[in-house]
Amino acid sequence: MNELSNRSRDIGEFIPQPDDDMIVCRCEEVTKGEIRKAVHEGLWTIAEIRRYLRCGMGLCQGQTCAKLVKGIVARELKVSPALLEPATSRSPMRPVEMHVFAKETEDTDL
Amino acid sequence: MMTADVIVIGAGIIGSASAYYLAKKGLKVIVLEKSDIIGNGGSSRNGGGVRQSGRDPREIPIAMYGIKNLWPHLSEELGYDVEYHQDGNLRLGKTPKHLETLKKLADKASAVGLDVRMIDADEVKEINPYLSDEVIGASWCPTDGHANPLKATLAYYMAARKLGVTFITGQDVTEIKKIRGKARAVVTQDDVYEGDSIVLAAGFASRKIAGTIGIDIPMISKLIECLVTEAEPPMFNQMLGTAEADFYGHQTNHGSFVFGGSTGFEMYKKDNGTPVNYSDTVPCICRGIIRYVPQLRDAKIVRSWAGWSDNMSDGVPIIDKVDEVPGLILACGFTGHGFGIAPGVGTVISQLVTDEDPVCDISGLRYDRFYAKDVAAGKAV
Repeated sequence: MNELSNRSRDIGEFIPQPDDDMIVCRCEEVTKGEIRKAVHEGLWTIAEIRRYLRCGMGLCQGQTCAKLVKGIVARELKVSPALLEPATSRSPMRPVEMHVFAKETEDTDL
Repeated sequence: MMTADVIVIGAGIIGSASAYYLAKKGLKVIVLEKSDIIGNGGSSRNGGGVRQSGRDPREIPIAMYGIKNLWPHLSEELGYDVEYHQDGNLRLGKTPKHLETLKKLADKASAVGLDVRMIDADEVKEINPYLSDEVIGASWCPTDGHANPLKATLAYYMAARKLGVTFITGQDVTEIKKIRGKARAVVTQDDVYEGDSIVLAAGFASRKIAGTIGIDIPMISKLIECLVTEAEPPMFNQMLGTAEADFYGHQTNHGSFVFGGSTGFEMYKKDNGTPVNYSDTVPCICRGIIRYVPQLRDAKIVRSWAGWSDNMSDGVPIIDKVDEVPGLILACGFTGHGFGIAPGVGTVISQLVTDEDPVCDISGLRYDRFYAKDVAAGKAV
Protein backbone atom coordinates (compact mmCIF):
# COMPACT_ATOMS: atom_id res chain seq x y z
CA MET A 1 0.00 0.00 0.00
CA ASN A 2 1.22 3.50 -0.77
CA GLU A 3 -0.26 6.96 -1.27
CA LEU A 4 -1.53 5.93 -4.69
CA SER A 5 -3.37 2.74 -3.67
CA ASN A 6 -6.65 4.03 -2.30
CA ARG A 7 -8.14 5.95 -5.17
CA SER A 8 -10.64 7.63 -2.87
CA ARG A 9 -7.87 9.50 -0.99
CA ASP A 10 -8.74 13.21 -0.86
CA ILE A 11 -6.34 15.18 -3.08
CA GLY A 12 -8.34 18.41 -2.89
CA GLU A 13 -10.30 20.29 -5.54
CA PHE A 14 -9.12 21.05 -9.05
CA ILE A 15 -8.02 24.69 -8.99
CA PRO A 16 -7.49 26.33 -12.41
CA GLN A 17 -3.99 27.72 -13.04
CA PRO A 18 -3.00 30.51 -15.46
CA ASP A 19 -0.84 28.21 -17.62
CA ASP A 20 -3.37 25.39 -17.92
CA ASP A 21 -3.60 25.88 -21.68
CA MET A 22 0.15 25.26 -22.12
CA ILE A 23 0.79 22.31 -24.46
CA VAL A 24 2.82 19.61 -22.72
CA CYS A 25 2.61 16.74 -25.24
CA ARG A 26 3.38 18.33 -28.59
CA CYS A 27 2.67 15.25 -30.72
CA GLU A 28 -0.88 14.86 -29.45
CA GLU A 29 -1.44 18.46 -28.29
CA VAL A 30 -2.34 17.68 -24.69
CA THR A 31 -2.36 20.62 -22.27
CA LYS A 32 -1.25 20.91 -18.68
CA GLY A 33 -4.82 21.66 -17.62
CA GLU A 34 -6.13 18.48 -19.26
CA ILE A 35 -3.50 16.41 -17.43
CA ARG A 36 -4.28 18.07 -14.07
CA LYS A 37 -8.02 17.57 -14.59
CA ALA A 38 -7.52 13.88 -15.43
CA VAL A 39 -5.73 13.38 -12.10
CA HIS A 40 -8.78 14.80 -10.33
CA GLU A 41 -11.01 12.40 -12.30
CA GLY A 42 -9.07 9.54 -10.70
CA LEU A 43 -6.27 8.78 -13.15
CA TRP A 44 -3.28 8.50 -10.84
CA THR A 45 -0.72 6.61 -12.92
CA ILE A 46 1.20 7.66 -16.01
CA ALA A 47 -0.21 4.66 -17.90
CA GLU A 48 -3.81 5.68 -17.15
CA ILE A 49 -3.17 9.32 -18.08
CA ARG A 50 -1.56 8.23 -21.33
CA ARG A 51 -4.37 5.85 -22.24
CA TYR A 52 -7.03 8.47 -21.54
CA LEU A 53 -5.43 11.63 -22.98
CA ARG A 54 -2.97 10.10 -25.49
CA CYS A 55 -0.03 12.16 -24.19
CA GLY A 56 3.07 10.14 -25.06
CA MET A 57 1.23 8.13 -27.73
CA GLY A 58 2.22 10.25 -30.71
CA LEU A 59 5.14 10.02 -33.11
CA CYS A 60 7.80 10.51 -30.43
CA GLN A 61 6.10 8.01 -28.09
CA GLY A 62 6.63 10.25 -25.07
CA GLN A 63 10.34 10.76 -25.46
CA THR A 64 9.80 14.53 -25.16
CA CYS A 65 7.00 14.94 -22.59
CA ALA A 66 7.26 11.90 -20.31
CA LYS A 67 9.22 13.71 -17.59
CA LEU A 68 7.03 16.81 -17.74
CA VAL A 69 3.84 14.76 -17.44
CA LYS A 70 5.28 12.87 -14.47
CA GLY A 71 6.12 16.13 -12.69
CA ILE A 72 2.64 17.56 -13.24
CA VAL A 73 0.89 14.39 -12.03
CA ALA A 74 3.16 14.08 -8.96
CA ARG A 75 2.53 17.70 -7.93
CA GLU A 76 -1.21 17.25 -8.32
CA LEU A 77 -1.17 14.10 -6.16
CA LYS A 78 1.28 15.65 -3.69
CA VAL A 79 3.63 12.66 -3.98
CA SER A 80 7.26 12.22 -5.03
CA PRO A 81 7.69 11.73 -8.80
CA ALA A 82 9.78 8.68 -7.89
CA LEU A 83 6.55 6.95 -6.83
CA LEU A 84 5.18 7.15 -10.38
CA GLU A 85 6.23 4.39 -12.76
CA PRO A 86 7.03 5.61 -16.28
CA ALA A 87 4.83 4.35 -19.10
CA THR A 88 6.07 1.24 -20.90
CA SER A 89 8.39 1.85 -23.85
CA ARG A 90 7.16 0.02 -26.90
CA SER A 91 8.81 -1.18 -30.08
CA PRO A 92 9.62 -0.02 -32.69
CA MET A 93 11.92 2.78 -31.47
CA ARG A 94 11.15 4.84 -34.60
CA PRO A 95 8.08 4.64 -36.86
CA VAL A 96 8.53 1.87 -39.44
CA GLU A 97 6.49 1.32 -42.62
CA MET A 98 4.28 -1.74 -42.66
CA HIS A 99 5.87 -3.20 -45.82
CA VAL A 100 9.32 -2.92 -44.22
CA PHE A 101 8.15 -4.63 -41.05
CA ALA A 102 6.46 -7.29 -43.18
CA LYS A 103 9.77 -8.38 -44.74
CA GLU A 104 10.71 -10.62 -41.90
CA THR A 105 11.38 -13.45 -44.34
CA GLU A 106 13.30 -13.25 -47.61
CA ASP A 107 10.70 -14.80 -49.87
CA THR A 108 7.79 -12.48 -49.19
CA ASP A 109 6.31 -10.85 -52.29
CA LEU A 110 5.00 -7.82 -50.43
CA MET B 1 -10.32 -4.45 7.67
CA MET B 2 -12.74 -2.73 5.30
CA THR B 3 -16.29 -3.87 4.67
CA ALA B 4 -18.79 -3.24 1.88
CA ASP B 5 -21.89 -4.81 0.37
CA VAL B 6 -19.84 -6.17 -2.51
CA ILE B 7 -16.12 -6.83 -2.97
CA VAL B 8 -15.13 -6.92 -6.64
CA ILE B 9 -11.79 -8.55 -7.45
CA GLY B 10 -10.30 -7.04 -10.59
CA ALA B 11 -10.48 -3.45 -11.88
CA GLY B 12 -10.63 -4.28 -15.56
CA ILE B 13 -13.64 -3.33 -17.62
CA ILE B 14 -15.70 -6.26 -16.27
CA GLY B 15 -14.96 -5.41 -12.62
CA SER B 16 -15.30 -1.67 -13.13
CA ALA B 17 -18.56 -1.98 -15.08
CA SER B 18 -19.98 -4.35 -12.44
CA ALA B 19 -18.97 -1.85 -9.73
CA TYR B 20 -20.59 0.98 -11.65
CA TYR B 21 -23.97 -0.77 -12.05
CA LEU B 22 -23.87 -2.01 -8.44
CA ALA B 23 -23.19 1.51 -7.17
CA LYS B 24 -26.07 2.77 -9.29
CA LYS B 25 -28.31 0.40 -7.37
CA GLY B 26 -27.12 2.06 -4.17
CA LEU B 27 -24.75 -0.67 -3.00
CA LYS B 28 -21.43 0.02 -1.29
CA VAL B 29 -18.64 -1.48 -3.38
CA ILE B 30 -14.89 -1.98 -2.95
CA VAL B 31 -12.84 -2.97 -6.01
CA LEU B 32 -9.45 -4.63 -5.45
CA GLU B 33 -6.85 -4.55 -8.22
CA LYS B 34 -3.56 -6.46 -8.22
CA SER B 35 -1.81 -4.06 -10.56
CA ASP B 36 -0.94 -0.49 -9.59
CA ILE B 37 -2.77 0.49 -12.80
CA ILE B 38 -6.52 0.37 -13.42
CA GLY B 39 -7.49 -1.73 -16.45
CA ASN B 40 -3.95 -2.93 -17.10
CA GLY B 41 -4.83 -6.41 -18.33
CA GLY B 42 -6.90 -7.53 -21.29
CA SER B 43 -9.24 -4.54 -20.91
CA SER B 44 -6.58 -2.21 -22.30
CA ARG B 45 -5.05 -4.84 -24.53
CA ASN B 46 -7.66 -5.79 -27.10
CA GLY B 47 -8.82 -4.76 -30.54
CA GLY B 48 -11.85 -2.79 -29.35
CA GLY B 49 -14.41 -4.90 -31.19
CA VAL B 50 -18.05 -4.44 -30.17
CA ARG B 51 -19.49 -7.24 -32.18
CA GLN B 52 -22.11 -9.95 -32.08
CA SER B 53 -21.09 -11.79 -35.23
CA GLY B 54 -18.44 -14.47 -34.99
CA ARG B 55 -19.49 -15.34 -31.46
CA ASP B 56 -20.59 -18.60 -29.91
CA PRO B 57 -24.43 -18.63 -29.83
CA ARG B 58 -24.27 -18.95 -26.01
CA GLU B 59 -22.91 -15.43 -25.64
CA ILE B 60 -24.81 -13.77 -28.48
CA PRO B 61 -27.80 -12.78 -26.27
CA ILE B 62 -25.62 -10.72 -23.91
CA ALA B 63 -23.73 -9.20 -26.87
CA MET B 64 -27.01 -8.27 -28.58
CA TYR B 65 -28.44 -6.82 -25.39
CA GLY B 66 -25.47 -4.50 -24.88
CA ILE B 67 -25.36 -3.33 -28.48
CA LYS B 68 -29.07 -2.61 -28.52
CA ASN B 69 -29.44 -1.05 -25.09
CA LEU B 70 -26.13 0.08 -23.58
CA TRP B 71 -23.41 0.94 -26.11
CA PRO B 72 -25.41 3.54 -28.11
CA HIS B 73 -25.63 5.92 -25.14
CA LEU B 74 -22.66 4.73 -23.05
CA SER B 75 -20.64 7.93 -23.51
CA GLU B 76 -23.56 10.01 -22.22
CA GLU B 77 -24.29 7.57 -19.42
CA LEU B 78 -20.70 7.56 -18.11
CA GLY B 79 -19.84 11.17 -18.91
CA TYR B 80 -16.74 10.25 -20.95
CA ASP B 81 -16.38 9.63 -24.68
CA VAL B 82 -15.82 5.92 -25.29
CA GLU B 83 -15.58 6.46 -29.10
CA TYR B 84 -18.31 3.98 -29.95
CA HIS B 85 -18.99 3.39 -33.64
CA GLN B 86 -21.72 1.19 -35.04
CA ASP B 87 -20.61 0.90 -38.65
CA GLY B 88 -20.64 -2.84 -39.11
CA ASN B 89 -18.26 -5.79 -39.14
CA LEU B 90 -16.87 -7.27 -42.35
CA ARG B 91 -15.33 -10.72 -42.10
CA LEU B 92 -13.49 -11.24 -45.36
CA GLY B 93 -12.91 -14.26 -47.55
CA LYS B 94 -10.64 -14.85 -50.55
CA THR B 95 -11.49 -18.47 -51.41
CA PRO B 96 -14.68 -20.56 -51.63
CA LYS B 97 -13.47 -22.42 -48.56
CA HIS B 98 -13.23 -19.14 -46.63
CA LEU B 99 -16.80 -18.31 -47.62
CA GLU B 100 -17.94 -21.71 -46.40
CA THR B 101 -16.37 -21.04 -42.99
CA LEU B 102 -17.99 -17.61 -42.85
CA LYS B 103 -21.38 -18.92 -43.89
CA LYS B 104 -21.36 -21.53 -41.14
CA LEU B 105 -20.66 -18.83 -38.55
CA ALA B 106 -23.29 -16.53 -40.03
CA ASP B 107 -25.93 -19.28 -40.11
CA LYS B 108 -25.34 -20.10 -36.44
CA ALA B 109 -25.73 -16.44 -35.48
CA SER B 110 -28.82 -15.95 -37.66
CA ALA B 111 -30.41 -18.91 -35.92
CA VAL B 112 -30.37 -16.96 -32.64
CA GLY B 113 -31.78 -13.83 -34.24
CA LEU B 114 -28.75 -11.82 -35.36
CA ASP B 115 -28.82 -9.87 -38.63
CA VAL B 116 -25.67 -11.19 -40.28
CA ARG B 117 -25.52 -12.23 -43.92
CA MET B 118 -23.14 -13.20 -46.70
CA ILE B 119 -22.38 -10.54 -49.30
CA ASP B 120 -20.55 -10.71 -52.64
CA ALA B 121 -17.41 -8.90 -53.82
CA ASP B 122 -19.35 -5.96 -55.30
CA GLU B 123 -21.21 -5.30 -52.08
CA VAL B 124 -17.99 -5.62 -50.07
CA LYS B 125 -16.35 -3.01 -52.34
CA GLU B 126 -19.32 -0.72 -51.92
CA ILE B 127 -18.97 -0.87 -48.15
CA ASN B 128 -15.18 -0.62 -48.17
CA PRO B 129 -13.46 0.47 -51.41
CA TYR B 130 -9.97 0.04 -49.92
CA LEU B 131 -10.07 -3.74 -49.88
CA SER B 132 -8.04 -5.92 -52.24
CA ASP B 133 -9.63 -7.26 -55.44
CA GLU B 134 -8.79 -10.74 -54.18
CA VAL B 135 -11.65 -10.51 -51.67
CA ILE B 136 -14.52 -12.52 -53.17
CA GLY B 137 -17.05 -12.13 -50.39
CA ALA B 138 -17.63 -11.51 -46.71
CA SER B 139 -20.03 -11.92 -43.87
CA TRP B 140 -21.60 -8.60 -42.97
CA CYS B 141 -23.16 -7.64 -39.65
CA PRO B 142 -24.30 -4.03 -39.92
CA THR B 143 -25.04 -3.60 -36.19
CA ASP B 144 -21.52 -4.53 -35.08
CA GLY B 145 -18.91 -1.88 -34.38
CA HIS B 146 -16.01 -0.86 -32.21
CA ALA B 147 -15.06 1.43 -29.36
CA ASN B 148 -11.90 2.60 -27.61
CA PRO B 149 -11.07 0.00 -24.95
CA LEU B 150 -8.60 2.24 -23.13
CA LYS B 151 -11.17 4.98 -22.72
CA ALA B 152 -14.18 2.73 -22.10
CA THR B 153 -12.40 0.87 -19.30
CA LEU B 154 -11.24 4.06 -17.60
CA ALA B 155 -14.67 5.65 -18.18
CA TYR B 156 -16.37 2.89 -16.18
CA TYR B 157 -13.71 3.28 -13.47
CA MET B 158 -14.04 7.07 -13.28
CA ALA B 159 -17.85 6.95 -13.32
CA ALA B 160 -17.93 4.25 -10.62
CA ARG B 161 -15.46 6.24 -8.51
CA LYS B 162 -17.72 9.28 -8.82
CA LEU B 163 -20.62 7.18 -7.50
CA GLY B 164 -18.56 6.43 -4.40
CA VAL B 165 -16.97 3.09 -5.29
CA THR B 166 -13.64 2.59 -3.49
CA PHE B 167 -10.87 1.32 -5.77
CA ILE B 168 -7.71 0.00 -4.13
CA THR B 169 -4.79 -0.84 -6.39
CA GLY B 170 -1.72 -2.96 -5.64
CA GLN B 171 -3.88 -5.49 -3.81
CA ASP B 172 -2.87 -9.03 -4.68
CA VAL B 173 -5.68 -11.32 -3.53
CA THR B 174 -4.22 -14.40 -1.86
CA GLU B 175 -7.41 -16.04 -0.66
CA ILE B 176 -11.19 -15.98 -0.50
CA LYS B 177 -12.48 -17.27 2.83
CA LYS B 178 -15.84 -18.57 3.94
CA ILE B 179 -17.41 -17.24 7.11
CA ARG B 180 -20.39 -19.24 8.41
CA GLY B 181 -20.65 -21.15 5.15
CA LYS B 182 -20.61 -18.09 2.88
CA ALA B 183 -17.79 -16.59 0.86
CA ARG B 184 -17.25 -13.33 2.64
CA ALA B 185 -13.61 -12.40 3.32
CA VAL B 186 -11.10 -11.45 0.65
CA VAL B 187 -7.52 -11.59 1.91
CA THR B 188 -4.74 -9.59 0.25
CA GLN B 189 -1.09 -9.18 1.18
CA ASP B 190 -2.01 -6.00 3.11
CA ASP B 191 -5.50 -6.36 4.48
CA VAL B 192 -8.77 -8.28 4.73
CA TYR B 193 -11.90 -7.03 2.99
CA GLU B 194 -15.37 -8.32 3.82
CA GLY B 195 -18.53 -8.20 1.75
CA ASP B 196 -21.91 -9.93 1.46
CA SER B 197 -21.06 -10.80 -2.15
CA ILE B 198 -17.75 -11.31 -3.90
CA VAL B 199 -17.45 -10.80 -7.64
CA LEU B 200 -14.39 -12.49 -9.13
CA ALA B 201 -13.44 -10.69 -12.36
CA ALA B 202 -9.66 -11.01 -12.35
CA GLY B 203 -9.06 -12.39 -15.82
CA PHE B 204 -6.71 -15.36 -15.89
CA ALA B 205 -5.74 -14.71 -12.25
CA SER B 206 -9.31 -15.72 -11.36
CA ARG B 207 -8.30 -19.36 -11.67
CA LYS B 208 -5.77 -19.20 -8.85
CA ILE B 209 -8.07 -17.12 -6.65
CA ALA B 210 -11.11 -19.37 -7.21
CA GLY B 211 -8.84 -22.31 -6.40
CA THR B 212 -8.41 -21.00 -2.85
CA ILE B 213 -12.08 -21.74 -2.22
CA GLY B 214 -12.18 -25.06 -4.04
CA ILE B 215 -13.46 -24.02 -7.46
CA ASP B 216 -11.48 -24.74 -10.59
CA ILE B 217 -12.00 -22.83 -13.81
CA PRO B 218 -10.74 -24.64 -16.91
CA MET B 219 -8.83 -21.88 -18.64
CA ILE B 220 -5.38 -21.06 -19.92
CA SER B 221 -3.75 -17.76 -20.86
CA LYS B 222 -3.01 -16.83 -24.44
CA LEU B 223 -0.89 -13.99 -25.77
CA ILE B 224 -2.62 -11.30 -27.81
CA GLU B 225 -0.44 -8.94 -29.86
CA CYS B 226 -1.39 -5.75 -31.67
CA LEU B 227 0.20 -2.97 -33.66
CA VAL B 228 -0.73 0.69 -33.91
CA THR B 229 -0.05 2.93 -36.92
CA GLU B 230 0.44 6.68 -37.04
CA ALA B 231 -2.67 8.74 -37.77
CA GLU B 232 -3.91 8.23 -41.33
CA PRO B 233 -6.60 10.22 -43.13
CA PRO B 234 -10.07 8.77 -42.38
CA MET B 235 -10.53 5.66 -44.57
CA PHE B 236 -13.26 3.42 -43.17
CA ASN B 237 -15.21 2.85 -39.98
CA GLN B 238 -16.03 -0.87 -40.14
CA MET B 239 -14.40 -3.46 -37.96
CA LEU B 240 -12.44 -5.87 -40.21
CA GLY B 241 -11.65 -9.52 -39.75
CA THR B 242 -10.90 -12.45 -42.04
CA ALA B 243 -11.99 -16.07 -42.34
CA GLU B 244 -8.39 -17.15 -41.90
CA ALA B 245 -7.80 -14.81 -38.95
CA ASP B 246 -4.86 -13.15 -40.75
CA PHE B 247 -5.61 -9.96 -38.84
CA TYR B 248 -8.44 -7.95 -37.29
CA GLY B 249 -8.85 -4.30 -36.43
CA HIS B 250 -10.18 -0.86 -37.24
CA GLN B 251 -9.30 2.79 -37.64
CA THR B 252 -9.71 4.84 -34.47
CA ASN B 253 -11.15 8.36 -34.07
CA HIS B 254 -7.57 9.55 -33.73
CA GLY B 255 -6.81 8.24 -37.23
CA SER B 256 -4.43 5.49 -36.20
CA PHE B 257 -5.21 1.90 -37.08
CA VAL B 258 -5.15 -0.78 -34.40
CA PHE B 259 -4.65 -4.26 -35.83
CA GLY B 260 -4.20 -7.56 -34.07
CA GLY B 261 -3.30 -10.97 -35.39
CA SER B 262 -1.65 -14.25 -34.65
CA THR B 263 1.20 -16.52 -35.69
CA GLY B 264 -0.21 -19.79 -34.41
CA PHE B 265 2.05 -19.89 -31.37
CA GLU B 266 -0.21 -17.84 -29.08
CA MET B 267 -0.87 -20.72 -26.70
CA TYR B 268 2.84 -21.41 -26.27
CA LYS B 269 4.32 -18.02 -25.43
CA LYS B 270 6.49 -17.40 -22.39
CA ASP B 271 5.24 -15.41 -19.46
CA ASN B 272 8.01 -13.59 -17.66
CA GLY B 273 5.53 -11.59 -15.65
CA THR B 274 5.11 -8.94 -18.32
CA PRO B 275 3.45 -9.42 -21.67
CA VAL B 276 6.00 -8.65 -24.41
CA ASN B 277 5.78 -8.69 -28.19
CA TYR B 278 7.41 -11.53 -30.08
CA SER B 279 9.53 -10.48 -33.04
CA ASP B 280 7.61 -12.59 -35.56
CA THR B 281 4.06 -11.48 -34.73
CA VAL B 282 3.91 -7.88 -35.93
CA PRO B 283 5.55 -8.79 -39.28
CA CYS B 284 2.97 -11.55 -39.68
CA ILE B 285 0.09 -9.15 -38.93
CA CYS B 286 1.57 -6.64 -41.41
CA ARG B 287 1.59 -9.25 -44.18
CA GLY B 288 -2.02 -10.09 -43.41
CA ILE B 289 -3.08 -6.45 -43.56
CA ILE B 290 -1.22 -5.66 -46.79
CA ARG B 291 -2.83 -8.67 -48.51
CA TYR B 292 -6.29 -7.32 -47.69
CA VAL B 293 -5.78 -3.52 -47.55
CA PRO B 294 -2.90 -2.88 -49.99
CA GLN B 295 -2.99 0.88 -49.50
CA LEU B 296 -1.80 0.53 -45.94
CA ARG B 297 1.59 -0.89 -46.99
CA ASP B 298 3.21 2.52 -46.46
CA ALA B 299 1.47 3.26 -43.15
CA LYS B 300 4.01 3.64 -40.38
CA ILE B 301 3.80 1.55 -37.24
CA VAL B 302 4.49 3.62 -34.12
CA ARG B 303 4.14 0.94 -31.50
CA SER B 304 3.15 -2.60 -30.71
CA TRP B 305 1.86 -4.16 -27.54
CA ALA B 306 0.88 -7.49 -26.08
CA GLY B 307 -1.47 -8.79 -23.40
CA TRP B 308 -2.83 -12.01 -21.99
CA SER B 309 -6.33 -13.24 -22.60
CA ASP B 310 -8.07 -15.75 -20.34
CA ASN B 311 -9.17 -18.57 -22.60
CA MET B 312 -11.87 -20.93 -21.42
CA SER B 313 -11.74 -24.53 -22.58
CA ASP B 314 -14.96 -24.08 -24.58
CA GLY B 315 -14.43 -20.48 -25.69
CA VAL B 316 -17.08 -18.62 -23.69
CA PRO B 317 -16.89 -17.05 -20.22
CA ILE B 318 -18.44 -18.02 -16.92
CA ILE B 319 -21.00 -15.48 -15.74
CA ASP B 320 -22.69 -17.18 -12.84
CA LYS B 321 -23.26 -17.66 -9.12
CA VAL B 322 -21.50 -20.64 -7.60
CA ASP B 323 -23.99 -22.91 -5.77
CA GLU B 324 -21.35 -24.60 -3.61
CA VAL B 325 -19.93 -21.26 -2.49
CA PRO B 326 -22.83 -18.93 -1.66
CA GLY B 327 -21.81 -15.30 -2.05
CA LEU B 328 -19.33 -15.97 -4.86
CA ILE B 329 -20.08 -14.75 -8.39
CA LEU B 330 -17.75 -15.52 -11.28
CA ALA B 331 -17.15 -13.30 -14.31
CA CYS B 332 -14.05 -14.56 -16.05
CA GLY B 333 -12.73 -16.60 -18.96
CA PHE B 334 -13.76 -14.08 -21.62
CA THR B 335 -11.37 -15.73 -24.09
CA GLY B 336 -10.27 -12.55 -25.83
CA HIS B 337 -13.72 -11.23 -26.65
CA GLY B 338 -14.94 -9.77 -23.37
CA PHE B 339 -14.56 -6.08 -24.15
CA GLY B 340 -17.59 -5.78 -26.42
CA ILE B 341 -19.94 -7.50 -23.97
CA ALA B 342 -18.59 -5.75 -20.85
CA PRO B 343 -21.50 -3.30 -20.42
CA GLY B 344 -23.97 -6.20 -20.62
CA VAL B 345 -21.86 -8.29 -18.25
CA GLY B 346 -21.65 -5.45 -15.69
CA THR B 347 -25.43 -5.08 -15.83
CA VAL B 348 -26.05 -8.81 -15.42
CA ILE B 349 -23.52 -9.13 -12.58
CA SER B 350 -25.28 -6.33 -10.69
CA GLN B 351 -28.53 -8.29 -11.12
CA LEU B 352 -27.00 -11.56 -9.92
CA VAL B 353 -25.77 -9.77 -6.79
CA THR B 354 -29.22 -8.36 -6.03
CA ASP B 355 -31.04 -11.61 -6.91
CA GLU B 356 -32.89 -10.14 -9.87
CA ASP B 357 -33.54 -12.05 -13.07
CA PRO B 358 -30.80 -11.23 -15.61
CA VAL B 359 -31.92 -8.97 -18.49
CA CYS B 360 -30.75 -11.54 -21.02
CA ASP B 361 -30.17 -15.26 -21.33
CA ILE B 362 -26.89 -16.32 -19.70
CA SER B 363 -27.88 -19.94 -19.17
CA GLY B 364 -25.11 -21.14 -21.50
CA LEU B 365 -22.45 -19.45 -19.37
CA ARG B 366 -22.83 -21.45 -16.18
CA TYR B 367 -19.81 -22.52 -14.10
CA ASP B 368 -20.86 -26.19 -13.95
CA ARG B 369 -21.15 -26.81 -17.70
CA PHE B 370 -17.85 -28.69 -18.04
CA TYR B 371 -17.99 -32.45 -18.56
CA ALA B 372 -15.57 -35.05 -19.85
CA LYS B 373 -15.91 -35.48 -23.61
CA ASP B 374 -17.80 -38.78 -23.48
CA VAL B 375 -20.30 -37.40 -20.97
CA ALA B 376 -20.68 -34.21 -23.01
CA ALA B 377 -21.39 -36.33 -26.09
CA GLY B 378 -24.00 -38.31 -24.15
CA LYS B 379 -22.00 -41.54 -24.49
CA ALA B 380 -21.29 -42.24 -20.83
CA VAL B 381 -23.20 -45.19 -19.41
